[in-house]
Amino acid sequence: MTFENSILTIVTFLPLLGAALVLVTPKTAVSAIRWTALVTTLVTFALSLWIWAAFDPSNPGFQFVVNYPWLGDSIGYRVGVDGISVLFVVLSALLMPFCILASWEAIDKRVKEYMLVFLILEVLMIGVFTTLDLAMFYVFFEGTLLPMFLIIGIWGGKRRIQASYKFFFYTFIGSVLMLLAIMAMYWNAGTTDISRLLTHKFPESMQIWLWLAFFASLAVKMPMWPFHRWLPEAHVEAPTAGSVILAAILLKLGGYGFLRFSLPMFPDASAQLSNFVFVLSVAAIIITSLVALVQTDIKKLIAYSSVAHMGFVTMGIFAGNALGIQGAMFQMISHGLVSGALFLAVGVIYDRMHTRDITAYGGLVERMPRYAFAFMVFTMANVGLPGTSGFVGEFLTMLGVFQVNTWVAFGAAFGVIFSAGYALWLYRRIIFGALTKESLKGILDLNLREKIILYPLIVMIIVFGFYPSPILDTTAASVNNLVSHYATSIGLDPAVSLADARAPLEYAAPTGEAAPAADHAAEPAAH
Amino acid sequence: MIIQAIVFLPLIGALIAGFLGRTIGHRPSEFLTSGLLIIAAVLSWVVFIPVAFGDGLAGAVGDGHAAVLKVEVMRWIQVGDMDLRWTLRVDTLTAIMLVVVNTVSALVHVYSIGYMSDDPHRSRFFAYLSLFTFAMLMLVTADNFLQMFFGWEGVGLASYLLIGFWYTKPSATAAAMKAFIVNRVGDFGFALGIFGAFLVLGHIDFDGAFHAADEFSTTGLPVIRFLSWNLDAMTVICLLLFMGAMGKSAQFLLHTWLPDAMEGPTPVSALIHAATMVTAGVFMVARLSPLFELSPFALNVVIVIGAITAFFAATVGLVQNDIKRVIAYSTCSQLGYMFVALGAGAYSAGVFHLFTHAFFKALLFLGAGAVIHAMHHEQDMRNMGGLRKKIPITYAMMMIGTLALTGVGIPGTNFGFAGFFSKDSIIESAYAVGGNIGSFAFWLLVIAALFTSFYSWRLVHLTFHGSPRDAQHGHGHHVDAHDGDSHDEPLADDHAHDVHGHHGSAYDNAHEAPNVMLVPLYVLAAGAVLAGVVFYGMFFHEVEHIEHFFAGSIFVDHEIIEAAHHVPLWVKWSATVSMIIGFVAAWYMYIKRPDIPGKLAAANPGLYQFLLNKWYFDELYNTIFVRPALWIGRAIWHGFDDWLVDGKIAEGLGRRVQNVTSWVVKLQSGYLYHYAFAMLIGIAALLTWAIAAGGLI
Repeated sequence: MTFENSILTIVTFLPLLGAALVLVTPKTAVSAIRWTALVTTLVTFALSLWIWAAFDPSNPGFQFVVNYPWLGDSIGYRVGVDGISVLFVVLSALLMPFCILASWEAIDKRVKEYMLVFLILEVLMIGVFTTLDLAMFYVFFEGTLLPMFLIIGIWGGKRRIQASYKFFFYTFIGSVLMLLAIMAMYWNAGTTDISRLLTHKFPESMQIWLWLAFFASLAVKMPMWPFHRWLPEAHVEAPTAGSVILAAILLKLGGYGFLRFSLPMFPDASAQLSNFVFVLSVAAIIITSLVALVQTDIKKLIAYSSVAHMGFVTMGIFAGNALGIQGAMFQMISHGLVSGALFLAVGVIYDRMHTRDITAYGGLVERMPRYAFAFMVFTMANVGLPGTSGFVGEFLTMLGVFQVNTWVAFGAAFGVIFSAGYALWLYRRIIFGALTKESLKGILDLNLREKIILYPLIVMIIVFGFYPSPILDTTAASVNNLVSHYATSIGLDPAVSLADARAPLEYAAPTGEAAPAADHAAEPAAH
Repeated sequence: MIIQAIVFLPLIGALIAGFLGRTIGHRPSEFLTSGLLIIAAVLSWVVFIPVAFGDGLAGAVGDGHAAVLKVEVMRWIQVGDMDLRWTLRVDTLTAIMLVVVNTVSALVHVYSIGYMSDDPHRSRFFAYLSLFTFAMLMLVTADNFLQMFFGWEGVGLASYLLIGFWYTKPSATAAAMKAFIVNRVGDFGFALGIFGAFLVLGHIDFDGAFHAADEFSTTGLPVIRFLSWNLDAMTVICLLLFMGAMGKSAQFLLHTWLPDAMEGPTPVSALIHAATMVTAGVFMVARLSPLFELSPFALNVVIVIGAITAFFAATVGLVQNDIKRVIAYSTCSQLGYMFVALGAGAYSAGVFHLFTHAFFKALLFLGAGAVIHAMHHEQDMRNMGGLRKKIPITYAMMMIGTLALTGVGIPGTNFGFAGFFSKDSIIESAYAVGGNIGSFAFWLLVIAALFTSFYSWRLVHLTFHGSPRDAQHGHGHHVDAHDGDSHDEPLADDHAHDVHGHHGSAYDNAHEAPNVMLVPLYVLAAGAVLAGVVFYGMFFHEVEHIEHFFAGSIFVDHEIIEAAHHVPLWVKWSATVSMIIGFVAAWYMYIKRPDIPGKLAAANPGLYQFLLNKWYFDELYNTIFVRPALWIGRAIWHGFDDWLVDGKIAEGLGRRVQNVTSWVVKLQSGYLYHYAFAMLIGIAALLTWAIAAGGLI
């Protein structure tokens, strides 16, 4: 047992220990249960930071690897992290304490079960990112469904039953197809070891089917348009902490799956179907942004904006170059912080007013200046203002995809306009205006617990906006490895995809004074 | 260190006033932010004076392109080959902007101490002002596209916060949002332009990009496949970038936010919406002049858009009744002038006008603020009049500003106010371009100069001359120039009258502003008088002088400047003549025969309404963009998401599954079990099938 080969196992299963402690605590000792959960998640977070610190960013391969075969050589206990997964471990561990804190007073029935479910959920979430075995991945991936199902179904809002059904229904249908694909992969490659599957070359004809099966599951999880309909409902009904986990971590499983499986294992299929993904991504960015514009429910609006932001992620991933994938990675981490923060912020006023209706608010800045400031930072990060973490990811993905397909970048850039529309419209109706509503006259500003939740997020969002290097440096080696593997597999020159220097250009006649089809050029700029 | 101090002192002020404002109190916040800004302004002059009058920028290194001083602050984004750093870049162009931004900002800070003295959120106001200044400084010191974009969006944020500063006013928050979103439309182009520039030039920093662009003289211009067409890459990139400039500088089609932005406090209008932020687009095009020079088509677009803006905004300015809106449209129009100069290739003339305009327009706005302050937040000029006797100092300052704006001076000599030199430079450059586009721009600018003179003097006459017309002076016994239309435009400010509980009319209680507000006016007035004559040589007079002064920081086109100096005499006089015509017309209509405007409006109701309603752009955009967007959003939400996907497909499938499971299982009624069971059955079935099929391969 060295640090190297035990740390991941410890981090993954530590919350289980906390869960066991919670289990033996009497139901009535609510405070003890809360503190146990909080301390467990904090320790897990500290350990995850330790992993990040010990992680060697220059090594593109898996680190802290453990490999115990089980059931012959096929399925085994295999864990390890690389630049793509390590940050998700940290992100999951980071957000859990916030979730526990956000539920401190908001959850007052069945506290014991609640904390139990959350701690188990943490095990599953971290497990999904650390495991290097395909079968185990599936178990964790599916496993996250059940706690989430319970969280929405038991602690949710009025229409929670329907929402939890729908959540389960959508995600489950997709995953069944993924299970099929996983079995097929096992039969073809003879192993479920992800590190070996990564180098296995699947026959091209098979790749398409495998890709589609994975896509069915991942696209729902992401969620990509038009498989997103479950998300607004689930968010609306879920308790605050449930929304946070859903938006910040569970949605990232989709992007993680694309990066871990679709792109490296089925490169030919990915290249062939990238345009398909682009269309859906741009549709997500434009269409769901428009839908977000007309929402009347705060959480629904943020949920739809999440779908739009995930569009940037899928777009960046399938751009297949370093800029796009690094951008997508950054966008996922950033969205984890920003959407988590937004849902936490909504939770703050929901706890006070017990409504998510936008029209029930207005003029909050008068009584809640600190809250208004926090919400402004989160709103601007959602809009993608430079100087917040939201900008870096959006910018890099668009920069990356511009080199591949200008139409896609052109469409995605509309997101720049629409996101400002819905986010500021929301802010204006909730925070600005005169405080005239009787019910709001006694509303209080952030209390200490809420400050502890929101202020660190503000700091992180701004710091990563100005100094994204900690994240980008961590992912760089693995992403470059992935990019060159992908480029080689589909017959491109890896140097071009990696080095984003100048694309090969055609030149007009050196006489200069080229007066090209200028009227076309004027079109995009004319409005 | 001096550069860091200039850029970061305002940030420090903003942070302290913003986060500790409530702790340390309003007065210390005001003094602290203003003090830091004054230091930054003095330091900016320290940097600028050697550039203008000495032997160039201290510590600068020339690298073939420009004499530049660079200060690296820290890393930013590194991905693959793209290496972005926070770097402060100072060359002549930046030094000019530093002076403009910090001087005006420092004066506006000081002025605001008086103007905002009874506002309960003063420290927040000063924090925003300083934050804006910091963002603007980041913009002008940008060394790469992305840092410029950062400053660009940062000033947008500050502008949003300041326009919506009086957040309880719905019109203010609406205007703030509109400003941000319309700017974002421009940013849409700006962002795509950056992507294109990076793709084609391979560099995201300016020096790298300019060097890459230099190579095109040997290789020929590159072609880019943009959307579905193969186009000249530089044209595409420049037009996209220019779209960003149009948004920020409120050019025709993307101008609609600027007049509404007047909802913000008046010092904000002076700083952001006159002197600095709105000139960011001009700065951007000047900064990127080596790229724009490669695309004659893009330059022509710049000229045409600039000329149309100059003309369009001047026509709307003719009939506005809100004192700030008149000046806002004037700003819009003057920005159009600057773009014409840029498009003509006379970049230095554009920057010259930017420089002089900052002084006299800030002066006019702050003067208007003093008027509004004196009239207790009355902004409608129909309720003013005769204020000359009540506030003589403000009157004198406004006169200087008006003389500078209208470009009073004697052609061929060195006698004239600031605007005279810079505006005439532009009009001459436009004429020198020649051809259809040159003539088009020239005539529109000359007509706009006439209108400029008219609306400026109309403003002075309505506000300061004649007899008082404010509400309590009765409605019957004086002639209201706009009797016919007073129902059209409700008074801009709801709490216009007696907000302070004064008795009697606003006119009777009008009082001169305190010194803290007047001193900034004196400084700006000095600039409005002298900025032209002192700097004419460096910006426009002699090509060698210009080249030496700018030291490669912008492109200097010898031909156009030479040609502009050799235009016919009537061209040189054209602006002055139209200025005089405008002055006489305004005098005749508002002093001699004050009944004429009303009659004119009544005689041409269509035209009058067209102008008064700003060419109906707001209505048009509302109809073709805003409402369809909301309609589509709702249609997709209810029709696609809720009805089709959710109602038909998902529920239908769900019901099928439920039917099947309940038929198969007939177990407990708990919903969870149904699904868990379905899951197991499903997996078992699939496994069986997969194994039976022999591995699917």
